[in-house]
Amino acid sequence: MSAVAARNDDFKAIGVQVLSISVDSIYVHKIWNDNELSKMVGKSVPFPMLSDQDGSVGKLYGIYDEDAGVETRGRFLIDPDGIVQGFEVLTPPVGRNVNETLRQLKAFQLVRESKGTEATPAGWRPGRPTLKPSPDLVGNVWKEWKVEQAND
Amino acid sequence: MPEEFKAGCQRPAVKKPPAEAPRNDATGIEPEKERKSSMIKVGKPAPDFTLPAFIDGKFANVSLSEYKGQWVSLCFYPGDFTFV
Repeated sequence: MSAVAARNDDFKAIGVQVLSISVDSIYVHKIWNDNELSKMVGKSVPFPMLSDQDGSVGKLYGIYDEDAGVETRGRFLIDPDGIVQGFEVLTPPVGRNVNETLRQLKAFQLVRESKGTEATPAGWRPGRPTLKPSPDLVGNVWKEWKVEQAND
Repeated sequence: MPEEFKAGCQRPAVKKPPAEAPRNDATGIEPEKERKSSMIKVGKPAPDFTLPAFIDGKFANVSLSEYKGQWVSLCFYPGDFTFV
């Protein structure tokens, strides 16, 4: 979570509210913030740290691990209408990539602002060309976009 | 806005999510069991919830619905003081 906290300004800059959730109590959240996270980030965690002590919200989202009694690393991107646009779930030993979360958020925002007239191809980054879905584009993506663009 | 509350001598009571769907008598399937195996779907509404939170030195109740109108990145993680 320290990696997300350290980048909170980047989330705020594009109008995204971060919420973190684990089964730990709010008291443990406070001590983790005060004794460790704030030292890693250089300031207090700038977003609400939620306590889902019985895992009921984790169960609602399908990421509660009954055996370990904890929540797996599930990250859900929710749009201004409250609709889930994307999610990623990882087992505990592998951390997230904050850059990828921000990239996906920017892509979803672009699509929303274009009212669905634009789509972001594989590997898209802000500033890169988008695709404009239309009947004419069918069978012609190869003229508009090269596979190499996904990885450069 | 998150609704602040005072620190008590025990953890805040769990706020149960909205009323459970009635048991399906035809199949006899308990709603709880159905929910365990269900996964969120993209393009569908995110389930709302209210949870106690630590925010900026204070304790407050936070609901997902408070953030309607803006983008939210909801991050579950395995536990405080874990290493990754």
